[in-house]
Amino acid sequence: MLLAAGVAGLVVAMTMMIWRAIVGPSQYDRMLAANSFGTKIVLLIAVIGYLSGRPAFLDIAIVYALINFVTTIALMKFFRYRTLSRPLGTEAKDG
Amino acid sequence: MGDVLHVVGGGLVVAGALLTLLGGVGVLRFPDVYTRIHAASLTDTGGATLVLLGLALISGLTLETLKLGFVWAFVMLTTPAAANALANAAFSAGHTPRIGAFQIMKGVAASEARPDTQRRETSDDDESAAP
Repeated sequence: MLLAAGVAGLVVAMTMMIWRAIVGPSQYDRMLAANSFGTKIVLLIAVIGYLSGRPAFLDIAIVYALINFVTTIALMKFFRYRTLSRPLGTEAKDG
Repeated sequence: MGDVLHVVGGGLVVAGALLTLLGGVGVLRFPDVYTRIHAASLTDTGGATLVLLGLALISGLTLETLKLGFVWAFVMLTTPAAANALANAAFSAGHTPRIGAFQIMKGVAASEARPDTQRRETSDDDESAAP
């Protein structure tokens, strides 16, 4: 029962993050909303795993936590350099 | 004893969910990017700590506790790093903080620096923030 209340609170917080990602107003607000949404998804997966009696969901939560960070960094790199093919801090030497 | 641990763990999970809910309210209501980053990152790390600690109390001392520790370590490593990188990217792209000492340094009076809904609606979109 308490875990179900925790799931409800997390889902409401994720709805707020989706609203911030929709209304913006800048792209950094949207990236922040995506990152925070991913963190809340990690917690939601863990709590749902215990709620349904399958704690093996924690493996998925670990993988999602790693993917979330890589996604945020890749998004910021893409929005700054408009490409993912060059390393950070280098200028374009050839076309 | 097990029932007591279950109740305490469930209470910690609910407390963490309420903290993330507070972070969501902050992200919806705060005036600019930096204050939103502040609200989201702090409540995410605190809420993750409370939720995972509650789940660890529920699960007892098993392999799941180690996995919860891994999830906690990843969240505590990556969320502040992502928030720092996000604030750095926003600042280097030309976003200026709308409240606080930065406005005082620019000579803006504190009463004018306080955000209102009109300024929030009319400025700070994607195109004007591009370098």
